[in-house]
Amino acid sequence: MKILIVEDEPQMLENMSKNLEAEGFLVTGAATFAQARDRIGVYDYDCILLDINLPDGNGLELLKIIKKKGLGDGVIIVSAKDSLDDKLQGLDLGADDYLPKPFHMAELRARVKAVLRRKIFEGQDELRIANMAINISNRTVFIEKKEVELNRKEYDVLLYLVSNKDRLANKTALAEHVWGDHIDQADNFDFIYSQIKNLRKKLDAHDAEIDIKAVYGIGYKLQDK
Amino acid sequence: MKLLNYTSTYFSIILLVLISIWAVVFYYAMFVEIYDSIDDGLEHRKMLLIARASKDLSLLDKPQFDEYLFTINRVDYNNHRIFKDTYKDSVMYMVNEEDYEPVRLLESVFKNDEEYYKIVVMTSMVEEDDQINNLLKYTILLYASLIASILLLNNLFLRRIWQPFYKILDQLKDYQLEKKDTIHYKTTKIEEFALLNESIEKLLNRAQKSYSNQKQFIENASHELQTPLAIAINKLELLFEDESLSERQAEQLQQTLENLERLTRLNRSLLLISKIENNQFPSRENVNFQDILEQIISDFSEMAAHKNLRLILDTQQKIIKNTNIDLTYILFSNLIKNAISHGQPGSVISMRLTNKNFIINNYSQTDSLQNKPIFERFHKIGDHVNSTGLGLSIAQSIAEKFGFNLEYRFLDGQHIFTVNFK
Repeated sequence: MKILIVEDEPQMLENMSKNLEAEGFLVTGAATFAQARDRIGVYDYDCILLDINLPDGNGLELLKIIKKKGLGDGVIIVSAKDSLDDKLQGLDLGADDYLPKPFHMAELRARVKAVLRRKIFEGQDELRIANMAINISNRTVFIEKKEVELNRKEYDVLLYLVSNKDRLANKTALAEHVWGDHIDQADNFDFIYSQIKNLRKKLDAHDAEIDIKAVYGIGYKLQDK
Repeated sequence: MKLLNYTSTYFSIILLVLISIWAVVFYYAMFVEIYDSIDDGLEHRKMLLIARASKDLSLLDKPQFDEYLFTINRVDYNNHRIFKDTYKDSVMYMVNEEDYEPVRLLESVFKNDEEYYKIVVMTSMVEEDDQINNLLKYTILLYASLIASILLLNNLFLRRIWQPFYKILDQLKDYQLEKKDTIHYKTTKIEEFALLNESIEKLLNRAQKSYSNQKQFIENASHELQTPLAIAINKLELLFEDESLSERQAEQLQQTLENLERLTRLNRSLLLISKIENNQFPSRENVNFQDILEQIISDFSEMAAHKNLRLILDTQQKIIKNTNIDLTYILFSNLIKNAISHGQPGSVISMRLTNKNFIINNYSQTDSLQNKPIFERFHKIGDHVNSTGLGLSIAQSIAEKFGFNLEYRFLDGQHIFTVNFK
């Protein structure tokens, strides 16, 4: 799975590369508009992370080039501007997602995987982890052929943790992902604890071979039992 | 007091004093002149009479005033050797007026054939009280007509002259910097007003510029902070993956991360405020408030349940308003979030949506917050360390953008926020 990160901030690029490489992706970086344009011209990527503000050009122009070539690459716009105009324009031009900075690594992984699922595994959208199968389009979960009844949010939490399997998913990141941007001013995210507890109970009741582990009180990690 | 009335009052007081002084001075000056003239007349008649008496000796014995208004009596020389002409004021019965009226007398002594005679010449005198009355009457008349003309002048003339001033004053009264109002200046020949117009124009331009600079600065600063924040947060997250991390170290890192997240929230809220104020949410559509509220309640249900709070929404009909959907969500979610984070565990948060308004009540340990600047930025209620202190301020800004009115009340131990739609 090849990923191109277009990002002019070297440390940002390094963080993102390290993070995605740990997931087993093949990551290439491009720090300028020209560099990115050259790479796109030569190689095919499964997913491109695109910063809009580049020192020598606008990332949206790159998006136009990608779409004009008819490349099937999934594109996620990563921007510090968090501007509605950029978001709408980007999505209009054919970007798959828009991720405003700053973001949590877990969120980046979840978004990249969602795009890859849509792009690469078209139609074949069943995720298998241990003895659990998640049907993405139906939003259903089965363990050993038996359906696990989950409400909307429990499903979102599970999918998020599955996308970040064996990795730490930060509590705040999880809350923002499932409960939306607007929950971010909440006093604390203690309520997530009871959500995870419920989810664990349901998984255990179905003898799932996965476990949700609390990490230092920072977040959670989904792993094989 | 209006400027025009103020000057008029001043004028009338000054005029009153001036005219009073003038009346007194005039009165005395006039009397000096009258006495002078009457006394001259008496002197003249005295000299004529003395000349006639030397020829017509019958005149020398005239003890009573009669129609000729003089008396001549012989007097003893010794008593009158050093007599000087004297003028006197006296009264005399006047036939026509049927009353005693003031008269003026001249007493003199003259010598005729070695004999001394005293002559008294009389003439009728101005009535002083009548004169004072007259003077008072005319002075008051003068004063009244002066005041009347000043008022007339002020109202017709000065009002026209001051027009540019009042025009600019009228506009400044309703001027709002954030609305980028423009002021229309009336061209004027009067130097001071032209200068005033020019100065106000310059002042407002400067204020306008620094206001938009400040807004732009907040937005730019927030944007610039995003990348370093992202790098810092992500580096910490990578560090967490290090298996050799001790629990104590992880705890310290977690606290650092939490503060960075708090900073991120703060930054995002500031950016949101400046975006609202810079009209970066221009799109309007018909938004179903009921749907939005139900979605928010669903989003917050776990958080409320965790605090053992019950969210109850009372609404009968579909409420549709022309607003921006994102801002509407933020407006209501901030109010509900506020109610949840301050709500007393185990109590009920009740909401009511009608076509006229949205009301949300919550019970809380805190007392009334009336008279507290709860809608001001960074005003924190209680000891909520994680609060940005911007939630209600954002709600207020959004309400204002929509032309709504956000109010707070405290009643029967409940904090009540009301959004009045228009």
